[in-house]
Amino acid sequence: MTDQVYNIVIAGLGGQGVLTSASVLAAAAFLAGFDVKQSEIHGMSQRGGSVTSDVRFGKRVWSPMVTVGEADAVVVLTPNQELLVKNYLKPDGWLLVANDAMAGQLDNKRSLNVALLGGLSLILPIAERYWEAAIEQAFAPPLREANNSAFACGRRFFMGDKVE
Amino acid sequence: MKAAGGVYQVDLIALMTGLTFDLESQGFGDLAGLGCQNQVRSAVFHMQLSRIIVPGETSSRLLVSGNEAVALAALHAGVALGTGYPGTPSTEILEHFGRLGGKAQWSPNEKVALEVGIGAAFAQTRTLVTMKHVGVNVAADPLFIAAYSGVDGGLVVVSADDPGMFSSQNEQDNRRYALHAGVPMFEPADSQEAYDLTRTAFELSEQFQLPVMLRLTTRVCHSKGIVVPAAPRDFRADTPHRCPQFRRAIPERVMIPAHARPAHRRLRKKLADVKQWNEVFPGNIASGGEGDFGIITSGVSYLHVREAAPSAPVLKLSCTYPLPIERIRAFVSRCSRCLVVEEGDPFLYEAFRAEGIGVEGKTEQYRFGELNVQRVRAIIAGEPAAEPAPAKGKPPELCQGCPHRKTFDVLRDINCIVSGDIGCYTLGALEPFSAMDIQLCMGASIGVGAGLRHVLPEAEARRVVSVIGDSTFLHSGLTGLAEIIYNRPDTGHVLLILDNSTTAMTGLQDHAGTGRTLAGKKAKKIVLEQVAAAMGADSVDVVDPVSQPEKLRALLLAAMSKNEISVIIVRRACLLALRKESRRAREQNKCIEQTQQR
Repeated sequence: MTDQVYNIVIAGLGGQGVLTSASVLAAAAFLAGFDVKQSEIHGMSQRGGSVTSDVRFGKRVWSPMVTVGEADAVVVLTPNQELLVKNYLKPDGWLLVANDAMAGQLDNKRSLNVALLGGLSLILPIAERYWEAAIEQAFAPPLREANNSAFACGRRFFMGDKVE
Repeated sequence: MKAAGGVYQVDLIALMTGLTFDLESQGFGDLAGLGCQNQVRSAVFHMQLSRIIVPGETSSRLLVSGNEAVALAALHAGVALGTGYPGTPSTEILEHFGRLGGKAQWSPNEKVALEVGIGAAFAQTRTLVTMKHVGVNVAADPLFIAAYSGVDGGLVVVSADDPGMFSSQNEQDNRRYALHAGVPMFEPADSQEAYDLTRTAFELSEQFQLPVMLRLTTRVCHSKGIVVPAAPRDFRADTPHRCPQFRRAIPERVMIPAHARPAHRRLRKKLADVKQWNEVFPGNIASGGEGDFGIITSGVSYLHVREAAPSAPVLKLSCTYPLPIERIRAFVSRCSRCLVVEEGDPFLYEAFRAEGIGVEGKTEQYRFGELNVQRVRAIIAGEPAAEPAPAKGKPPELCQGCPHRKTFDVLRDINCIVSGDIGCYTLGALEPFSAMDIQLCMGASIGVGAGLRHVLPEAEARRVVSVIGDSTFLHSGLTGLAEIIYNRPDTGHVLLILDNSTTAMTGLQDHAGTGRTLAGKKAKKIVLEQVAAAMGADSVDVVDPVSQPEKLRALLLAAMSKNEISVIIVRRACLLALRKESRRAREQNKCIEQTQQR
């Protein structure tokens, strides 16, 4: 394991599953054996306001918060929240923004957060089985199937992006 | 369960909820009869756990928030009772403690919660009391006196501070409470430390018979990190000494002046002893080592420092009151320069300077808001950095369909002067309502409204209405109502209790008016209209703002024109609470169906 620490910021609005997707990412990194920190501000998140969550993982992680200009990836669940968090991205970082085309491919639009994790999984050093295990833990059986397929859908969607 | 890596461990928390214990069959029959069920329960529980955990290097790794870590540590420490009042960022501690099988309950307010905790600690048990930083203002009275009286068991009071005010009305630095009241204080930086220092806090509290403060901040409470728990306390070894029992000690616990004078001296002696303990406490960590520019820090700031200055010598203080001054002096003497990096007030800086220790501090700009790596870099560089205001996000708002919306429509249309309170309904101050003129602290709506009524010219006084939520009313509105009934303004007063039957803002907690306990059990329900009538309100009406907005408007206009104390209970359940309720009912039905199928 190298000393590199991976920094991810996930942003959206209350009720969109920002915190759930951040938890799944953190759990996947945790299962893969990394040191992990996940930070969130959720005092008012139930009231529809902006919500962000930071996830950092690597051999040793100190601060729980991602520093401006140092995020390897920024994930945005609502396009209008992009402006809020774009400054966290490092110059060669990945910006993953949900859009209608992507949402259209999902059976259940509420799984958009997990679909974006599928995209994230293409660029992070976490094996697929850990993602699967993390999703399995996070969702009860009725929702698990939808989220598994959303994850796969996100992978396909961003794979296309990456190739282009 | 899956076998991959740490999956077992993550599942454990979930498993914990489902386990039940039979004390007899576990060989604890003799203890079960001694009134120690709760402690024994946690001990037995962990015997069960040890059978589930698969041995191996990662077998005890958990990924948990600071709040969850405190709850787990409390369980492992054998806490017999957890009390508190909901408040972001502290709320999840008691909820999680309850889920893990601990006995947890919401009190009407923080003062009562602490008093219950003190009583339990007088009976030689370990108790955990949780609240947000401003809750300590409410609980300060018993806190200060319990420092004098001391406790027989272990009493840990959690103060969850909110630097940056993510969901609070101020960013007071409660480290000053430890100094002011004279109670030892721990400041964890992350989940692991939250776990470890909670365990240490209980041991210290018992050893010195003092309440101990565990001071958390939002970033510690709500950040997840890896925790490797220690072995739970072995109650089979020490239970005979720790079963709840009453010890008569009138001079220690009846704080009349003749008893309090020696009690104050005892407190100072204890604190001097804790200081000696702290001088060699291994939880205060010296790290790094190169260079002669040293940094002293505490709490989450330590994590930012390690990242901003990876090779600097750092002294991280975990127990920040009473301070290990000799240890600090020795560290500073080895540095040519030493900087204090701390969030909030210059608490450590001032204490060191008062001891004649030549340290440097941050500039005033960094007293405001929380710190992060970027700000700590600027503090270390010693150059005031321009800090552009962060981009404004979408502010929270009252949910679509929230019953409060109707109420604030009416208040705005009538052009009331609204003395408001703390809760979701404070969002009535924002657009499109702009229908709350004042909001200070829990319960203040009534007294402040009365003050306005007493002095304003009559026409304006009549427009003043106090607005408070159900949970907040039971928290600290009852005394406000007593005030206006006793010292009635000439124009009377109008009190609106917005009863959505939950503590909504902090995440839908039950309270004394919902008829259900933290554990979800049925409880006696305090009926607000009965309370208001019994206290002597001239009129008490109940109205549904959604189905009867016109009636609400009429009642309000009538009340404003009378010289009476009018209480209007605006009752409609919170939508989110209803959703939670129906989910709970569905799950219960499913359980019943499954049982019947079997």
